[in-house]
Amino acid sequence: MTEPLVAPHVLEWGYTRSLGPTLTAFFTGLRDRKIVGAKTKTGRVIVPPTPHDPDTGEDVDSLVDVSDEGVVETWSFVSHPRPKQPLDRPFAWALIKLDGADTAMLHVVDGAIETGSRVKAKWRDETVGYITDIECFVPA
Amino acid sequence: MSEDVTGIVVPIHLDYTYTPGVAASRFLRHIAEGNYVGQRCPKCKKVYVPPRGSCPTCGVPTDEEVELKQTGTITAFCIVNIPFAGQAVECPYVSATIQLDGADIGFYHLIQEIPYDQIHIGMRVEAVWKPREEWGTTTESIAHFKPTDA
Ligand SMILES: [Zn+2]
Repeated sequence: MTEPLVAPHVLEWGYTRSLGPTLTAFFTGLRDRKIVGAKTKTGRVIVPPTPHDPDTGEDVDSLVDVSDEGVVETWSFVSHPRPKQPLDRPFAWALIKLDGADTAMLHVVDGAIETGSRVKAKWRDETVGYITDIECFVPA
Repeated sequence: MSEDVTGIVVPIHLDYTYTPGVAASRFLRHIAEGNYVGQRCPKCKKVYVPPRGSCPTCGVPTDEEVELKQTGTITAFCIVNIPFAGQAVECPYVSATIQLDGADIGFYHLIQEIPYDQIHIGMRVEAVWKPREEWGTTTESIAHFKPTDA
């Protein structure tokens, strides 16, 4: 019997998402090579920023810049990256608590990693206002 | 200083490897040769085109191939008025269920070469093929169906 046919079938669609004031500040910050967090009325700094304090539901107090360097809180290693993943070599997804922040942000770490590692953002030469403006984090 | 980033495009991308299975592969290979070939159920004798390899009523394999004529009847249709991304045809156009002569089920295709508001259930239609060099293992080898002149 002849083999069944096989064909690629690609589904692709881009959602245009409006950001609202808080995330506009975050993404505009990325374009300008800064990481912006939200400071709640109790003084906690949330990164990426949210418009409301997740503990109380109140509006946050202000937006503040945090460092682009921080500490790996936890991580998951990807030995065999898939085509659309951020790096074409083994890397780690990591929750990184940036200096000045009280919450951890998910990003990519390239290089040796362990819990507690100090890492620093590696910015792209050209930034556009997107999370991939940080290519990855590397050992600090 | 440039303007604020007030929106982003979030890409969704799904890579599938699709196989239509054994029966539809046979059907599509016949299409690439310019033929509509269905399969007949050995028990109830119904002819399925495109075939799925078994009869859903009797639950038995449909091994016998049946070449069909390329004329048929519109059994249902829809006038498409709303454009969408990737649309191949200009609105308004008609997508119809066509039951080929000798077949017991219908399939979808485009109806062209007639104003959309003159199309009706029961209308007799025939396949219009693309140029020979554009035939392949796809029902897009048939450009559309048009009303039979008869
Ligand atoms: Zn049957």
